Order: sequence, then C-alpha cells, then structure tokens
Amino acid sequence: MVDFSTWDIVRNLLLALRWTVLLSLLAFVGGGLVGLVLLVFRMAGRRWLSRLVAGYVELFQGTPLVMQLFLAYFGLSLFGLQLSPWVAAGLALTLYTSAFLTEIWRGCVNAVPKGQWEASSSLALNYIEQLRYIILPQACRVAIPPTVGFLVQVVKGTALASLIGFVELTKAGTMITNATFEPFLVYGWVALLYFLLCYPISLYARSLEGRFNARG
Amino acid sequence: MSVELSFVAVLEQWPTLLKGLYWTVLLTVLSAIFGLVLALGFAWVRTSGPLAARVVVGAYVEFIRNTPFIVQLFFIFFGLPSMGFKLSPEGASVLAMVINLSAYATEIIRAGIQATARGQIEAAQSLALSTRQIYTRIIAPQALQKVWPALVSQIIIVMLGSAVCGQISTPELSYAANLIQSRNFRAFESYIVVTVIYLLLAILLRQLLNWVGPKFLFGGVRG
Repeated sequence: MVDFSTWDIVRNLLLALRWTVLLSLLAFVGGGLVGLVLLVFRMAGRRWLSRLVAGYVELFQGTPLVMQLFLAYFGLSLFGLQLSPWVAAGLALTLYTSAFLTEIWRGCVNAVPKGQWEASSSLALNYIEQLRYIILPQACRVAIPPTVGFLVQVVKGTALASLIGFVELTKAGTMITNATFEPFLVYGWVALLYFLLCYPISLYARSLEGRFNARG
Repeated sequence: MSVELSFVAVLEQWPTLLKGLYWTVLLTVLSAIFGLVLALGFAWVRTSGPLAARVVVGAYVEFIRNTPFIVQLFFIFFGLPSMGFKLSPEGASVLAMVINLSAYATEIIRAGIQATARGQIEAAQSLALSTRQIYTRIIAPQALQKVWPALVSQIIIVMLGSAVCGQISTPELSYAANLIQSRNFRAFESYIVVTVIYLLLAILLRQLLNWVGPKFLFGGVRG
C-alpha cells in the first residue's frame, strides 16, 4: 500500500482540479458559441428552424447528461469513431451547455421590448444588424447573471466525465480512494474543492443579479 | 465499415429494462416526496426560524447546491461506511437524491414564501390561527402554487440525475443499459433505447406533476 499523507491527497486533487477547470471552460466557451448560433436560428422567424432548435433543447434537457456522455464515448465507437475521453467529454458537455444557454438567452432576447425590433427595422437594419447593434446589447445586460449562474452547473456537470475515464477531480478522488482506502477523507476533500470552486461563482452571479435589478 | 444496428437485440432484454424503469420511477417518487417535505420544513426555518438554525440550513443549501451530485452520492455510499453508517446502494441513492432535491427545493420554496402577500399572514393572525396553522394552511399552499413550475423542473432534473446511481450498482435504467450492452455488446443501441425512455419519462413526469400539484397540493388556492 502506498503511504499517502493528507497533503499528498490534497496536492493530487488540486492537480486534477486543473482539468475540471479546463474542461468546464472548454464546454462553457464551446457551448456559448454553439448556443449563440442556435439562438440566431431560433429567432430567425422560420418556423421549421425554430422548431428544430426547440427539439434540440428538449432532447438535451430531457435526457441525462450521463447518457449523453456514454453515447458520445461508447456509442460512437460503434461507427468507427474512437474518440478520446477528452474529445467525447468536450463534445457532450458542449452540446449540453449549448442547449441550456440558448434557452436562457432566448428568454433574455424576448425580454427586449418589441418596439426595439420595430424601430430598428424601420431604420432599415437587416436581421443580423438588428441583433448585433440593437437587440443583443440590451439582452446581454439581462443575460449575464443567469449565464454566470449556469457556469456552476457546467462545473458540476464535468464531474460526470469521470465516468468515461476522464481524469478530473472526481476521477482523481476515486483513484486516490482506491489507493488509500480513505473514502470519507478523500470524497470530503473532493466535495470541498468543488464547493470552493463553485461557491464564489454563485455569489458573483447573485451579486450581478442584485446590481442589474437595482438599476432597473 | 458498415454498421448494422440491431435494436431488437436490446428490446429482447425488456425484463432488465422494465426493472430499470421500475427503480428509476421508485427513486424519483421517493426522493420527490421526502425531498419536498424536508424542503417545506427547511424553507420555514430559513424564513422564520431562530438565527442559528437559519445559518445552518443556509450552509446546507449552499453546500449541496455547489457540489456535484455524483460526489454527494460517492461520499454517502463509500465515505459514510467508514464512520459506521452503512447503506445499501438503493438506500444511499434515495438518501443522496432526497438531500440533493431538498436543498434546491428549499431555495425555490423560500422564494415563494417571500413572495406571499403580507396581508395574507395578517389576515390569518387576526383569525387567531396558530403559527403552525398559518404556515401549513396559508403560507405553504400559496408558496407552492407560485413556484410549482420551478419545483417540477427541479424534480425532473433530479430524476435525470438518478442515472448516476447506476454507478454504485443501484439497478436503475442506466445500470440496465450498461448491463445489456455488456451482454450483447450493443452499446449504441442500448444507450439510445434507454435515453429515449428517459426522454419519455421526463415528458410524462412533467405532465403528471402539472396535474398533481393543483389537484392535490394547493387545490384550494385561487390565483
């Protein structure tokens, strides 16, 4: 048996925390970009297109993230696509994040008064210009607090990547437990590290909310 | 490379799927009932309990909401036995789901309570209702009605989250999928079939809860 001091445990967990952070950022940025494209499709006024996006959102919000990860990692290999855990986890989490973000942002765009659309179209701006110069800047103000709040969900979502062999914080915890036989201590630290990562983000999201509310 | 999909090979194993479905539904029902009851209590403490209790419940809510469900589950199932608290996989799953749901629901119900009109409480007081009666008869039903859609979504999230419980060998749906694909190597098909079942379950559950809430929980409230 390997001798692990508490510091050894924490040090190794901190090293694994890097990958949790990196995967979260990857999924968040990737999901944001895909979500933005989906938002543009959804708002474009073509019924079949917005139905398609609505179906996509329902699909990813109505199925477990675990299954999405399994399908990306184990399922696609059937078609000769041998994805590494990095690619599979990145892909599944990006699609998952995009579905939630596009839904959050749709609400924010809808919160922009209709007169803004009408005024900008009377100024002969086309659809993309309307979004770019008139609608999105206003929607962004409303969208930032819930978007930051959702980042917490993404960070927690990355914990499931451990199930397809991606060595992030949770997987590192499992591996260290198998070496030390101290699950209480190790999982306690894992939980604490997640909390230390997520709680400041939650607090920040809440303070943003308060700030935007105060300004009206 | 040509791929032949065979969903029949998966559907042939319907008894395994059915057992998985049974457990997923059971876990969801148990955690929804106990989670909501617990949350109603916590929400009361959070809004009108003594300061110390308020702080403790607040810390509980924040801690659960800011850590992943899978870590909570592993902590309960693998961590607690070393403290002499041993649970079956099913028991640990229910406990983890109840704890998880109660934390989120506490926060949701609290928002509902704070949105309850002051006049309602004053009117109840002037009718000489006791503090407990005011909470259970006046505040809680109205709060539940206001936040029911959010609670329904949260229950569905917890139901989908239960897919993790298969990792500690609770025989729920995702466990059934893993079992089936280890028998016939039809990974893609079995995950697809189970994912579709989850999707249908989520849609059905939303319909059901949207009906159950107004019918049984806060039927007397007139919006």
